[in-house]
Amino acid sequence: MSEKISGIAASAGIAIAKAFVLQNPELTIERKSISDSASEIERFEAALKVSKEELSVIKEKANKELGEDKAAIFAAHLLVLSDPELVDAVKQKIENEKVNAEAAMDDVSSMFINMFESMDNEYMKERAADIRDVSKRVLAHLLNVTFTTPASITEEVVILAEDLTPSDTAQLNRNFVKGFATDIGGRTSHSAIMSRSMEIPAVVGTKTITENVENGVVVIIDGLDGHVIVNPTDDEIATYEEKQKQYQDQKAEWAKLVNEKTFSSDSVQVELAANIGTPADVKGVLENGAEGVGLYRTEFLYMGRDQLPTEEEQFKAYSEVLEKMEGKPVVIRTLDIGGDKELPYLNLPKELNPFLGFRAIRLCLEEQEIFRTQLRALLRASQYGNLKIMFPMIATLGEFRAAKGILLEEKEKLASEGIKVSESIEVGIMVEIPSTAVMADTFAKEVDFFSIGTNDLIQYTMAADRMNEQVSYLYQPYNPAILRLVKMVIDAAHKEGKWAGMCGEMAGDPIAIPILLGLGLDEFSMSATSVLPARSQILGLSKEKISAHMDEILQMETMEDVVKFAEENF
Amino acid sequence: MAEKTFKVTSESGIHARPATTLVNQAGQFSSDITLDYNGKSVNLKSIMGVMSLGIQQGSSIVIKAEGSDAEEAIAALENVMKKEGLGE
Repeated sequence: MSEKISGIAASAGIAIAKAFVLQNPELTIERKSISDSASEIERFEAALKVSKEELSVIKEKANKELGEDKAAIFAAHLLVLSDPELVDAVKQKIENEKVNAEAAMDDVSSMFINMFESMDNEYMKERAADIRDVSKRVLAHLLNVTFTTPASITEEVVILAEDLTPSDTAQLNRNFVKGFATDIGGRTSHSAIMSRSMEIPAVVGTKTITENVENGVVVIIDGLDGHVIVNPTDDEIATYEEKQKQYQDQKAEWAKLVNEKTFSSDSVQVELAANIGTPADVKGVLENGAEGVGLYRTEFLYMGRDQLPTEEEQFKAYSEVLEKMEGKPVVIRTLDIGGDKELPYLNLPKELNPFLGFRAIRLCLEEQEIFRTQLRALLRASQYGNLKIMFPMIATLGEFRAAKGILLEEKEKLASEGIKVSESIEVGIMVEIPSTAVMADTFAKEVDFFSIGTNDLIQYTMAADRMNEQVSYLYQPYNPAILRLVKMVIDAAHKEGKWAGMCGEMAGDPIAIPILLGLGLDEFSMSATSVLPARSQILGLSKEKISAHMDEILQMETMEDVVKFAEENF
Repeated sequence: MAEKTFKVTSESGIHARPATTLVNQAGQFSSDITLDYNGKSVNLKSIMGVMSLGIQQGSSIVIKAEGSDAEEAIAALENVMKKEGLGE
């Protein structure tokens, strides 16, 4: 009998393959006295050897697929397993205390983990996690428990996991991983965003998928409607293969629009751009026919490392993106870090309310060295394309003026050093704080553009943490309150002859697109894979007809009313 | 026995990646090799030992080798220190 489990559709498409359940193994360590220490040591050495072999394979794979940089971590993991301080200590313990290898290994590795965890340095504390990781692998082998990591997959599977961490997703091999489903998460969680950029079907937030499915069972991931079918019948497989084919055909239709501009049926032109995180994402942007980059999140340059990126490193990344986009607009957002996105090496204090705390522009205006380095890199890169600079989390005009002031200072410094900087860089802000949306008419006089960040604008307007599933019903993009704010921002921009874009998830949402078109949005920035479906949808929409309904929509009472109206009329 | 003193010039001190290279190199030799820093002495063939020191920029470290290939070991490690931009 098949079973259907529902979740949230995170990335479109259908995948049918055997399940690979990614689990943290249960390691229960029993302390036993032993008499034959020689054979116990042999067992330990055998477990070490297999673990090292596995890690070497992972390292090679990471080297090939992710580059030497990301593979370096596995070289360090390998060294931990050859570390005489660890290996000899375990052997001595077995020999002298006559305990089993599991207990000896657990004692010694715990000692090292505690030592690193107690260090007064975030970077060192993270190393404790590395040691825990490799120790677990050895213990799993000693206990004959299967230890799974995504990197060890060598056949076509769909991954089922509680959640996928960034390091899990970094190890996924696209040739083998056909799709995934997770217990937790929503459309904007890390795993969901990753699945869209990797273009593999995914369903998140199923709550129970890992409990209900065993390794090797065939499952269907329906990333179009957000279902997982466990143990499907032949009929079901045939149905979903047909659904997959239809989706492929539709994609082929969309592909014909790659080199087209975006017009509504009544010939109103808008711009469809894509959101990116690294220069490597530009390939997907161009393949999916985006007309620009509407949001380049620079945080990734700062993450997963132990010190700040240098001006030179940043310059290289920014100029690479600008160059590859060949003169198409590229909106680069300055560092949006702090709060929930941590950089261990900055040693920022933990906050009770990270989303309302010391983050993004607030941090940059305080830690000016970090900010100035980034601005210099951006200004230098401006020669390579059509750069627009965007400040995140602006709450007051004062913050914008201060940030722009620093930008102009750096520009003058560069000029005095004889370094050329483009003269036509637009400087705008992200609108994600309600105060800024309300004051948009005032801001519009000084900024060159607005880009509405809906993920945060919604959570701040509704006062609902988007990471908290218990209040997830308040994440209401179509709530008239949000739509009215969006309208205020767009109208304010147009009144001053500026443009307004949107770079949140909402911009690529088929229900929101007609409404946003009706409100007069100029630029829609979304996941690259949403661009062609959106272009195809807009081709069939008449802006004039939709605009005629706008007042009615803005006067509606609930989000449900808006959705119902949009589905029936657009 | 051979030994050499280095001044750590790299901005981030001796962190994971360069430590990996140093320890790997030390592992190639049969001599006992130690690293002295700030009154502590660790086995240079131990990644966790080296990492646990948290060596900072500007500090001075002493690498000592004792055994049949001590001289070669010190020469090779000096080479790594320079090539990795760790110190001189």
